Amino acid sequence: MSGNGYLFAAYAVTWIIHITYLGTIVRRYKRLQGEIEALKKTGPRS
Amino acid sequence: MKKAFPILGVLTAILLSYALYMALVWAPTEKTMGNVQRIFYYHVPSAWTAFILFFVNFGASIVYLIKRKPAADIVALVSAEVGVVFCSVVLVTGPIWARPVWGIWWTWDMRLTSTLVLWLIYVSYLFLRRFSSSGETPTLAAALAVLGALCVPFVYFSIWFFRTQHPQPVMGGGGSIDPRMLHVLLINWLAFSCFALLVCWSRYRLEKLQRDVDQAHALESLMDPRGSIR
Repeated sequence: MSGNGYLFAAYAVTWIIHITYLGTIVRRYKRLQGEIEALKKTGPRS
Repeated sequence: MKKAFPILGVLTAILLSYALYMALVWAPTEKTMGNVQRIFYYHVPSAWTAFILFFVNFGASIVYLIKRKPAADIVALVSAEVGVVFCSVVLVTGPIWARPVWGIWWTWDMRLTSTLVLWLIYVSYLFLRRFSSSGETPTLAAALAVLGALCVPFVYFSIWFFRTQHPQPVMGGGGSIDPRMLHVLLINWLAFSCFALLVCWSRYRLEKLQRDVDQAHALESLMDPRGSIR
């Protein structure tokens, strides 16, 4: 691999790590929204 | 505050794009290493950002141990999680730089090994938070965070106190750097710091929401269908 190849690999891997982590946040947020909707459907009981 | 988030997101994206342009185009090419040296503009700011986040984790853990404020516990968790992400970037980009420059991916010298140990400590912290169901988990995690933070200055100063293959520090270590390279490095650090702040912010909101939902579920499980507490 050339110097440019290593450079590209390092920058690409950096953004893959960050985007993967952001993806987990978005997924957890969507799951939580589902739970909130389910709680709203249950309604207040007191 | 909610309206400020997208604006700050756009500004951070612009700053990150500008920092990328500066790193790839504007910064001068290093004479001996060539373009591989440009990895430094991602590697070093990621390391600095990770260290700052681990110190935030340390401060928040101390506050939690003293005042038992849930907000401090959330800040500690979020800073550790985002810090581990940045530390992972450091551990991956370092070997990618080392392979063409040193001829090896990894060596068990003090800086590299202590960085790996630091990463493992905070990964353990996150595992503890994720899989322990004890009510004392935040307290145990805070104690671990206080001990883990002791490793941060050790990692930073390891290249001063031990013979190591790792390059000397850019600032405060007596090394010299082209002012244009330093300029690009600081811009990248600013960009990654803003990005880390935004990620921490959104992760904080998510964690706060998660705890509210957990509390609602707990309350719901205590109620019977007629609405009275069991």
